[in-house]
Amino acid sequence: MAQFDRNDDSVVVIVGSGAGGGTLGTDLARRGINTVILEAGARYEIEDFVNDEWASFGQLAWTDARTTSGTWRVHRNFPNLPAWIVKAVGGTSIHWAGASLRLQEHEFRTRSVYGGLGGANLLDWPITLAEMEPWYAKAEDRMGTTRTNNIPGLPGNNNFKVLEAGARKIGYKEVNTGRMSINSEPRDGRGACQQIGFCFQGCKSGAKWSTLYAEIPKGEATGKLEVREQCQVLHIEHDARGLVTGVVYADKDGALQRQKARVVAVAGNSLESPRLLLNSASSMFPDGLANSSGQVGRNYMRHTTGSVYAIFDKPVHMYRGTTMAGVVRDEAVNDSSRGFVGGYELETLSLGFAFTAAFLDPGAWGRSFTSALDSYDHMAGLWIVGEDMPQETNRVTLDPVVRDRFGMPVASVHFDDHANDLAMRAHAYDRGRAIYEAVGAVRTFPTPPYPSTHNLGTNRMSEKPRDGVVNKWGQTHDIRNLFIADGSQFTTGGAENPTLTIVALATRQADTIAGMMARKEI
Amino acid sequence: MRQSERASTGPGARLDRREFLKAGAAAAAIAVSGSALIHAGEAWGLEVRTLQPATVRTLILMARDIYPHDRLADKYYAIAIKPWDIKAAQDAATRTMLEDGVATLDGFAKARHRQPYVDVAWEADRVVLLRHIQDGAFFETVRSGLIVSLYNQHEIWPLFGYEGESAAKGGYIHRGFNDLEWL
Repeated sequence: MAQFDRNDDSVVVIVGSGAGGGTLGTDLARRGINTVILEAGARYEIEDFVNDEWASFGQLAWTDARTTSGTWRVHRNFPNLPAWIVKAVGGTSIHWAGASLRLQEHEFRTRSVYGGLGGANLLDWPITLAEMEPWYAKAEDRMGTTRTNNIPGLPGNNNFKVLEAGARKIGYKEVNTGRMSINSEPRDGRGACQQIGFCFQGCKSGAKWSTLYAEIPKGEATGKLEVREQCQVLHIEHDARGLVTGVVYADKDGALQRQKARVVAVAGNSLESPRLLLNSASSMFPDGLANSSGQVGRNYMRHTTGSVYAIFDKPVHMYRGTTMAGVVRDEAVNDSSRGFVGGYELETLSLGFAFTAAFLDPGAWGRSFTSALDSYDHMAGLWIVGEDMPQETNRVTLDPVVRDRFGMPVASVHFDDHANDLAMRAHAYDRGRAIYEAVGAVRTFPTPPYPSTHNLGTNRMSEKPRDGVVNKWGQTHDIRNLFIADGSQFTTGGAENPTLTIVALATRQADTIAGMMARKEI
Repeated sequence: MRQSERASTGPGARLDRREFLKAGAAAAAIAVSGSALIHAGEAWGLEVRTLQPATVRTLILMARDIYPHDRLADKYYAIAIKPWDIKAAQDAATRTMLEDGVATLDGFAKARHRQPYVDVAWEADRVVLLRHIQDGAFFETVRSGLIVSLYNQHEIWPLFGYEGESAAKGGYIHRGFNDLEWL
């Protein structure tokens, strides 16, 4: 395994090892480029994962302090947990459920299609679906996405059976077990899904794609990739020309280290990536790195989410098998006659008993709440994933008071739902209820959004430097050897789970960075 | 998950076996006897070290009234509340918060029913009393702690039809992931 000198200024440094950083690092290494991934979290392997929601949360989740504000309910119920994401090698690709849907054509040009919407800071992506299609194809192949590349779909579990029957009964057509990056048959050295049911806690069979075991080991095997765990980057340094020169990080013993670099790519998720850029302010860049537009940290999106759980008079056992076992796509279209722009997916979701208690209706108590839990094994559930509107005021800033153990200001997340988000969520709750009532639900619940798993948009991609932070290659407009490689590049969020697009962008970015390095442009 | 939910009680809090005292038959659900609580019906006892035993008894009933599950024995609520006695021993502010909170609740109970909370016979009446304090820090601290200390007791999961750990059993691929036939 490679080990690079901290004074080696020829390496590419990547901050974060999730879907974006882990993919980018692996691809750069395969192209012969010396790469160091600095990961704030520790390295766990498949055998370390536990089928126990709270124990796993304690093991994997980012529980370092963050603060929140705004009218979103997450602020009220989980004021220090705006996001449910992972701090470990592999990042949130350990926790994700596997849904791998391409963004739709119109979702790359929402400003043109949706028009000016009051309060929304909509912008067209500087790339199109046509440009992304080959990269989506590569991503689906490397991730083993079902229903692509002749890979069969996964079998539906009980939770899906209920969703499918209800959805068809009310007239939905596009209902299936989804495009999932979970092996339905052995592929790429990993086995087939065993329907274990703890997808969020790290896949114990390795059937689900994660950079932890499906990418990073391949990168390491080239001898060109070094992953340093428990190394939290505190700021990025630059020279008098305004080019980045390396990063300062706290290592696993808390000692400060400097890793020099030829190129830096930031992939710490949409909360940590803007935090790092803002915390790297200098006299040359007083508002933070790559922030001449003032857009770093702004336009934070989290998808318009929510869940509908339903109780039946007969057993369901929704927790058996894949957590996200199927999808209804009929509402994913843009049809403003529904009273909102953009669309949403309905995907099965289940929580174990402990997390159902925590998330079904946070803060609730009494018999209305407990009688629902009494019917836990008769419950089915779905999750709404809809496009939310980018708003300049929804943003990640540095908390003025709270600092982490290294003295770095923590991320403070402000979020208010846009009127379009509220209208979409109400519509989706209603359709979710209709699905379940069509097959005999005796009681349904609108469950509020969980702490965010889809964190997007805080370093968004734009054609013009004044509108965003990075260009169509994820390269910052201001600093040519500084890149963003995670979901914070998203110009808008689309209605689809973001991981496939993150991987496709990272795969494409590796090609771009390698070419720029070969041409000595960076 | 708030820090308080995670840190105050923590998953898997258990009553030590030695702290369950053998109890003889008696009528009342939970009786205070010296520094212990005795549940004759369920044949267990709980040694209380820092808080007043009556306070813990009130908290146990309060736990049931907040999250009432008729299928759960009192011992699960006692297990859920016991960590507060340990926390109170480590932290004077927690001890004060709990003692004062129960005293306030008892004050409401006495004003309305002329008896402390645990002696108010009907659940519906006790729930009305809890609604008086539900926006305060005491209630919220106790309630949010229960989310983990009650519902993360693995022993109660089978009572709700939840099967817990699955990978070691080979997942559900041969154990009913798609056995639903009633649709």
